[in-house]
Amino acid sequence: MNLVTQERRKERLDRGIKVRTEGIYAVSSWQEVSYLVLPRLILIVGLLLLPFLMPSLYWNRVISIVGIYALLALGFDFLAHYVGLVSLGGSLFIGVGGYIAAILNKSFGLSPLFTIPIATLSGAIICTLLLLPALPLRGVYFAIVTLMYPLVLFRIIEALNILGGTDGILGVASFPNTWVEQYLILSIIILALFGLRRLVNEDIGLVFRGVKDNDQAVRASGLSITLYKAIAVFITSALGCLGGAYFVHIYMVAGISLFALDYSVIPIAATVIGGGGTLVGPLLGCFILVPISELLRAFGTLRIVFYSVILLAFIMFRSEGIMVYAQRKYHQFERWVKV
Amino acid sequence: MSGENILQVTDVSKTFGGVQALLKVSFSVQQGEVFGIIGPNGSGKTTLINCITGFIKMNSGKVLYKDKDISNMAPNQIANLGLTRTFQIMRPYYSLPAYKNLIVPLFSPRARKKGGWRGGGKLGDRGTVSIDILEEIGFERDSFVPYKLASSLPTGYLKRLELARCLALGPDLILCDEVFSGLSMSEIASMVPLIEKLQMDGITLVMIEHRLRELFRVASRVMVLNFGEKLTEGIPEVVMADERVKEAYLGSEKLLDYTFEA
Repeated sequence: MNLVTQERRKERLDRGIKVRTEGIYAVSSWQEVSYLVLPRLILIVGLLLLPFLMPSLYWNRVISIVGIYALLALGFDFLAHYVGLVSLGGSLFIGVGGYIAAILNKSFGLSPLFTIPIATLSGAIICTLLLLPALPLRGVYFAIVTLMYPLVLFRIIEALNILGGTDGILGVASFPNTWVEQYLILSIIILALFGLRRLVNEDIGLVFRGVKDNDQAVRASGLSITLYKAIAVFITSALGCLGGAYFVHIYMVAGISLFALDYSVIPIAATVIGGGGTLVGPLLGCFILVPISELLRAFGTLRIVFYSVILLAFIMFRSEGIMVYAQRKYHQFERWVKV
Repeated sequence: MSGENILQVTDVSKTFGGVQALLKVSFSVQQGEVFGIIGPNGSGKTTLINCITGFIKMNSGKVLYKDKDISNMAPNQIANLGLTRTFQIMRPYYSLPAYKNLIVPLFSPRARKKGGWRGGGKLGDRGTVSIDILEEIGFERDSFVPYKLASSLPTGYLKRLELARCLALGPDLILCDEVFSGLSMSEIASMVPLIEKLQMDGITLVMIEHRLRELFRVASRVMVLNFGEKLTEGIPEVVMADERVKEAYLGSEKLLDYTFEA
């Protein structure tokens, strides 16, 4: 009778197969192997099939844009959850990378094959140098500095009328066809995702996570926290600059809209929706958020209202993020136990 | 081996606003000894360690380590010279397993010089080396303990982990900030041989401690701080017999109810 009112709690236990697949025994049977490989395989194959599933030109372009946001979101998640720096610098990275690629292409006549790698590296160096004075800052203070730079660069270009001023740099070379365009960005995000996942478990990645957990202990361990923060910012800004360089080549123009705040904000929303700290979550978050925002175009100016409602619902009811929830369901079983 | 000064601290002063945390503190530590620093709460012991290891910039004074001036060097540079410290409030990396905590110090320039790019030379990678160090410091190799998250470890293990982080750097001098505090009597009893073993390995130790009985078992000399000033220094028996020390600890000279056993 009083069974209903009896105290109970949800118990979560790791599935046996999760424990078995943690060590070398993972290769002992197909069941174990597929437990590990299938989720990754579904993600990779799914991403690579996207251009076939959405063949229209419009949706092709959406996939490319999602890819750019995914790079930014990956970088944001890496920096925030593995190094402890909250960065709002997405638009800075996009802008710097984009303008460098456009200048290289227009003034020096280099093809995208060269402009993208050069813009990635040199842009990352520039962004790291710009953010170097802010590296001792933590939390919201670092975020403010990263937010300030794109606004400053936006106004400088506008006021001094340099780099094409408000018109931007027009006539940047495009990719040969949409297949190259899409598979380039899809393979880059797959590489970036699995590369970062590997990195955070390597020895240097453990140092990054140490900086997040306890920076004083890292100093006591004989490591310079500024150096490792700079390396992490370099990695993140390289991803962002890559996105920026790619962006100017698909739109064939580099304008001050590259410094738009969307590039700083949407990656954060995607991280919240996808699940922070999982790296794959923010990527999926982008693949949900950006297409939803496109679908909502049918509502005209009410689009942003519906968009906000969806975001709000996610934050209210699944604040942990999709991937954290999914991983829990995949790795653990739950049952109610009486207290 | 002993007789040579490994650490020489001269006239270190530090103020926090109007508070004089340290006033012209001088002492020297000899190679291979265990040197104790004691004093009531708020007497500046931890501030002194922070000044020596560079975590706090001192206002004036000089610190010589192996005849090299390290005053106001960055903490990570000092640690790379082999002068390491533990923190009184433990600072592990809570989200990492215990043995991965040690990979961070093993990644330092000092440890890499010894261990090569894999970290352990011929012995293997950094994970192997850190398990070895943890076993030395009292984490059972065959148990789950070294593989558990630092956030799930009890205080006793975290204190050991602090020491292990110092050992991973291959130190010549360890400044221990209250390694016995917060431990049960049996845990302390098992820590003392560990300290003795470190000393036998040729590591010089400076220990801040409130557990005087255990400190005096290992320390050859102690220094007493009170309100940021050095009261006295010498062998434990003599220091504890000093009237000023009793006064500092008990607030009056009524009596020191401390039975000394050495």
